[in-house]
Amino acid sequence: MSRRSLRKFKNGVFLTLSLFATLTGLACLAAILWTLLSHGLAGMSWHLFTQMTPPPGSSGGLLNAIYGSAVMTLLGILIGSPIGVLAGTYLAEYGRSSRLSAVIRFINDVLLSAPSIIIGLFIYEIVVVRMGHFSAFAGALALAVLAIPVTLRTTEDMLNLVPSGMKDSSAALGAYPWRTTLSVLYPAARSGIVTGLLLAISRISGETAPLLFTALNNQFWSTDLDGPMANLPVVIFQFALSPYKEWQDLAWAGALIITATILVFSISARVLLALLQAERGSGR
Amino acid sequence: MAIIDPRHAARQLVFERIFRGATLSAAILVLAVLGGVGVSLVHGAWPAVSHFKLAFITREVWNPVTDQFGALGPIYGTVVTSLLAMLLAVPTGFGIALFLTELCPPLLKRPIGVAVELLAAVPSIIFGIWGLFVLAPVLQRHVQPWLISHLGHLPGIGPLFKGPPFGIGIFTASLVLAIMVLPFIAATMRDVFDTVPPMLKESGYGLGATTWEVIWNVVVPHSRVGIVGGVMLGLGRALGETMAVTFVIGNSHRISASILAPGTTISSAIANEFTEAVGDLYTSSLIALGLLLFLITFAVIAAAQAMLSRLERRSGAVA
Repeated sequence: MSRRSLRKFKNGVFLTLSLFATLTGLACLAAILWTLLSHGLAGMSWHLFTQMTPPPGSSGGLLNAIYGSAVMTLLGILIGSPIGVLAGTYLAEYGRSSRLSAVIRFINDVLLSAPSIIIGLFIYEIVVVRMGHFSAFAGALALAVLAIPVTLRTTEDMLNLVPSGMKDSSAALGAYPWRTTLSVLYPAARSGIVTGLLLAISRISGETAPLLFTALNNQFWSTDLDGPMANLPVVIFQFALSPYKEWQDLAWAGALIITATILVFSISARVLLALLQAERGSGR
Repeated sequence: MAIIDPRHAARQLVFERIFRGATLSAAILVLAVLGGVGVSLVHGAWPAVSHFKLAFITREVWNPVTDQFGALGPIYGTVVTSLLAMLLAVPTGFGIALFLTELCPPLLKRPIGVAVELLAAVPSIIFGIWGLFVLAPVLQRHVQPWLISHLGHLPGIGPLFKGPPFGIGIFTASLVLAIMVLPFIAATMRDVFDTVPPMLKESGYGLGATTWEVIWNVVVPHSRVGIVGGVMLGLGRALGETMAVTFVIGNSHRISASILAPGTTISSAIANEFTEAVGDLYTSSLIALGLLLFLITFAVIAAAQAMLSRLERRSGAVA
């Protein structure tokens, strides 16, 4: 084989391999979604949303788990995102190039990828042990800790995208930075910050590990934030590993609900971001 | 010219201080969280660490009945599953990044990119339940018997593929992990490849290089640091991944030469045993495992971030 055709052959081999790699990745996603749909849809019924998790061997729903997940996710976002947004504001506006900001930025990126089970242990140590019992509040706190880095990162990035001319105009009118931030920067970066919130919701609503030993689980309906509360991920974990058919079916149904919710949130975040870029691109 | 009311100005200054203080304390809270994680883990792990000393990380025994705990099994499992996962995910992720940046028709670029990112958004428990009910049976029936009968007798690598086909185990966990970290590696590599100046690539093509030659001799060397950073970031994810592994690892603290055998990882041991742990030493040993995981992942992720941010600065300086 001539040197030229050898090079062409090598080129073809590697490019084909890269095509196969992509197909493999897409096949994995398709396989997972297909399994979820086929198993999950079979278990879909109104009972899921009207009945509590059943004892072994009988049928029931996931109402308490869905409620618990919603409450803890909401609470986690309510606690975590203001901290993330404020800290992001500090990094983007006040301490743009200070040494402290560089450290915080770095630590935040580390927290962003830190194993969530570690956060669970942390909350267990500082909340569950102190209070003496598992509680939904502890679970929400663990989720809040996970939400902070996501909102911080997006907020900082989005504030940095606001044209500095807008900030300067506001300052020229005599506004203090706090006024500029609240009345000019936040409105200008609004959809970006909302994107961050959506990403944070989709990140924390599927988290299981940090809830295992903070919120624990609860077989019954409970609205008490001071006690253990059922939640979808932990219910899926326990039911899927159980030998009972009814429980396994519920686990699949729960898995489908949670994945669908997360994909909706994460797709809307992406759409929002795309709209944002299109708006910027059109010269506004 | 008394346009500015002094009282108004004073009030503005107060608000300014409050707002600035609020943002600063939120920022410092981020530092405090990381510090708090470290301190609370050390505090919780102290009974086990002071009882077992260094033997904790060198012993394989894990016996709640006699209160003897050693972390070698989980450490081994964590390292082996993560490395195997990287072995599978890095070339595949590289391939995907390459396809997306160099080969993909522009029309498909966005949909495929989004699909890969959606794979990253799927929560880990879904990978776990999928791995247990779909992947493990397939592996048990079709893949593992083949591996055992064809590779199990080879000298050298034979012992890696010995034993009955359990379905669950180190091998299955590695596969699931590989699928999980794939989108992170692919996305980071794609972003890094995108920072290569088109001029460099054009020069390569201008000299008559093939696409692969341009990739291997221009794109890869130029984005070396970023590639390593992306791989380390994926490794950090794999090391700490909990739920997906917990479903398919088999939770056995014994170290086995075969990668088809059940094992355990640090995170899956904590997830499986923490709520059932009775006795202070047992709980403390599990927290000590958590501390180990924290230290390992912190080191890996910090190194990855350092590399990636160096790259960001460099590309920022060029642009």
